Amino acid sequence: MSTATVEKETTGTPDGGSAASHKISVTFRLRRFNPEVSAEVTWQDFRIDIDPKERVLDALHQIKWEEDGTLTFRRSCAHGICGSDAMRINGRNRLACKTLIKDLNPAKPITVEPIKGLTVLKDLVVDMEPFFQAYRDVMPFLITSGNEPTRERRQSSEDRERFDDTTKCILCAACTSSCPVFWNDGQYFGPAAIVNAHRFIFDSRDEGGEQRLEILNEKEGVWRCRTTFNCSEACPRGIEVTKAIQEVKRAIITRRF
Amino acid sequence: MQTHKYDTVIVGAGGAGMRAAIEATKRSRTAVLTKLYPTRSHTGAAQGGMAAALANVEEDNWEWHTFDTVKGGDYLVDQDAAEILAKEAIDSVLDLEKMGLPFNRTPEGTIDQRRFGGHTRNHGEAAVRRSCYAADRTGHMILQTLYQNCVKEGVEFYNEFYVLDLLLNEVDGVKKAAGVVALELATGELHVFRAKAIVFASGGTGKFYKVSSNAHTLTGDGQAAAFRRGLPLEDMEFFQFHPTGIWKMGILLTEGARGEGGILRNKDGERFMERYAPTIKDLAPRDMVSRSIYTEIREGRGCGPDADHVYLDLTHLPPEQLDAKLPDITEFARTYLGIEPYTDPIPIQPTAHYAMGGIPTNVKGEVLINNTDIVPGLYAAGEVACVSVHGANRLGTNSLLDINVFGRRAGIAAAEYAATADFVELPEAPEKFVADEVTRMRDASGGESVAAIRRELQETMDRNAMVFRTEQTLKQAREDIVELRARYKNVSVQDKGRRFNTDLLEALELGNLLELAEVLVVSALARKESRGGHYREDFPDRDDVNFMRHTMAYREVDPEGNESIRLDYKPVVQTRYQPMERKY
Ligand SMILES: Cc1cc2nc3c(=O)[nH]c(=O)nc-3n(C[C@H](O)[C@H](O)[C@H](O)COP(=O)(O)OP(=O)(O)OC[C@H]3O[C@@H](n4cnc5c(N)ncnc54)[C@H](O)[C@@H]3O)c2cc1C
Ligand code: SF4
Ligand code: FES
Repeated sequence: MSTATVEKETTGTPDGGSAASHKISVTFRLRRFNPEVSAEVTWQDFRIDIDPKERVLDALHQIKWEEDGTLTFRRSCAHGICGSDAMRINGRNRLACKTLIKDLNPAKPITVEPIKGLTVLKDLVVDMEPFFQAYRDVMPFLITSGNEPTRERRQSSEDRERFDDTTKCILCAACTSSCPVFWNDGQYFGPAAIVNAHRFIFDSRDEGGEQRLEILNEKEGVWRCRTTFNCSEACPRGIEVTKAIQEVKRAIITRRF
Repeated sequence: MQTHKYDTVIVGAGGAGMRAAIEATKRSRTAVLTKLYPTRSHTGAAQGGMAAALANVEEDNWEWHTFDTVKGGDYLVDQDAAEILAKEAIDSVLDLEKMGLPFNRTPEGTIDQRRFGGHTRNHGEAAVRRSCYAADRTGHMILQTLYQNCVKEGVEFYNEFYVLDLLLNEVDGVKKAAGVVALELATGELHVFRAKAIVFASGGTGKFYKVSSNAHTLTGDGQAAAFRRGLPLEDMEFFQFHPTGIWKMGILLTEGARGEGGILRNKDGERFMERYAPTIKDLAPRDMVSRSIYTEIREGRGCGPDADHVYLDLTHLPPEQLDAKLPDITEFARTYLGIEPYTDPIPIQPTAHYAMGGIPTNVKGEVLINNTDIVPGLYAAGEVACVSVHGANRLGTNSLLDINVFGRRAGIAAAEYAATADFVELPEAPEKFVADEVTRMRDASGGESVAAIRRELQETMDRNAMVFRTEQTLKQAREDIVELRARYKNVSVQDKGRRFNTDLLEALELGNLLELAEVLVVSALARKESRGGHYREDFPDRDDVNFMRHTMAYREVDPEGNESIRLDYKPVVQTRYQPMERKY
């Protein structure tokens, strides 16, 4: 998808109105870091002309493609579904491809920096390995026993609904990297791993709940959560992350899920 | 440079790659090389569903599904392959459910199913509910479920490794797979992977169009690598334009929206599909709907000040239904257009979506070097491949099916081959081609810009090789591409570093797009008929006498080093269905 190159000058608004879209001048203040060149972090301003209805990702592309090819970030789908481009934009974790410039007060410089708590490797790219390791550690797969049925396992719509929210996770790390506990203690599983454990613990077909609850009952598990709600606010999929964590905590105490 | 050795190497970790990996890892020492983290793959963007004649909600069977697939593909489908697809669909959906996929459920607790374009009861009588789905997130759930099962099986991934070349070597006069060359994004280092069996599952190539539903990373790397090494590409002129992309942006709004009752309307509010496909109306196959939309626009019935789009109207559907069945796409409309789909119609236009063509394989996933012979040890599955189950036009929900059925088949076949085969010697200086390209682009300065060439490529493709084509437009596209390819030889990148050099990778990806765009256009020029997704205004009818055959495009290089594309043709496998006119 290449909306970054779509020209909008001559067209009306989508609702059929006549207001031609127009470009405005916006400053992007980017946190730069490239250890191949220097051990120092710098902030660099780019002033570009862009339609405020474009995404922050479009702006980053415009800067990379027209001004500075060394600017480095991850992205793929460009519409909030692959989880590649979580960043700290104006101090809040968001997906660059799901954030429109007009929603950020473009009159002021827009700051873009990597998500926190994971090692920065270059510009906006961080090391995702610890994040995925925490995910893998909660056994994020359906665990069953006994013989496989020949047809599908039955599940009522209510049982399916029970864990619907946490199936939406795209592993973008916006939640985990907005969590003050995670910033201070990289060993903490972090909200995303707990969300993905929740997805199975509350799946009526799954029989691995006890094992996962044991894992999350450990020192670096759910009890580190201080219920600051940063994660819920950060989640671009609208998952009620804190609620999911609370439900897991309750399940550990009651052993009912 | 590092060298690695595995029995089986899989290139790509989308649906096809991970389905193959789950099988191959159980049977052989397997590595998966992927340029994206597995869960970033574009399979996750698929929305609507996966077809299988489960008959959970109404009568259905695999034979009807086979017929629809053949007819939907405008009879260019290889019917033996379509039959396998439809038969194995049932187990392949059930397998995913057993792996944990959270499908939507019927009141009885079985997998729910809904309508999708071109899927019918009893050979076209009426639309049938065949698509198994999880809201409008079916691809996301498939990708997550497969990744979860890869974690469970301990699949070994090399994440952010870009495969840039395929290594073949001759053994007793037969070209066999020897390995691949990959660039590690984090370090810029080149790696050679030796393998007995290699599966390409590297996905589509939709980024040579501007308005596209495809991710930035879908640049046809696998197709281009095979083509450069002398392997043919099949049916590349057949590219699908999905009728409902968000206007100008191309972001997909699933056909499931029409499956749920959504209606396409022109500026007069008319349900225009009634005129083009009286029986199944808005759920006609994609190529027909896309042409109908452009016909409305050309005849002045488009919407907006420039009359350049039409509307997808969901306003008559209850908000609860939209929330339950189409939550993501309604959110796209809100996020990117500021439109409330409960009350306002959504502006849409056709968007470049799916490559029907690709690396030719047989039904085991073995790659063909010509019409009949295979390349021992080389396999392909998913959008990168052409089996051909989609023929001239893919039916919605048949690709998520394809990646599961043929991903699984290729994974099993590759691992079984690896169990008996020997490693093939690497060719001399195996990394040379990639190393030279990388050095050339990094060392050059002040050359052509990647972004500018890519933009011009996308513009000419959108203008000249989209839904409607003529000899003139295609010739124009070809001329433009030839010129762009000449300029590409002088491309230089600004980032001279080794670490995470995405500037360099975008340049290499552009080289692949240019190469494949030319194949598409050359194949399209030669196909002087209209069939499925390939519509020639100068030859508006299907011509079964001359063109009931697959295109096979080969790259030729003469002694002076001049490249050209040679076209050959391959017969279509017909079993039970005789070609008929395609009416809906
Ligand atoms: C928006 C959208 C919606 C869709 N909806 C549906 C639907 O509802 N139903 C349906 O049946 N089909 C649908 N499709 C089509 C279907 O989703 C795709 O055709 C299918 O998912 C492709 O799967 P794949 O595994 O072949 O490729 P992908 O999922 O694209 O995966 C490609 C993989 O290859 C890797 N790769 C690529 N190049 C390289 C390289 N050079 N080196 C190493 N790795 C590489 C990538 O990292 C990635 O892991 C949709 C497509 C789109 C775009
Ligand atoms: S829970 Fe939300 S924020 Fe956290 S990783 Fe998943 S999608 Fe991202
Ligand atoms: S690029 Fe995929 S989520 Fe933003």
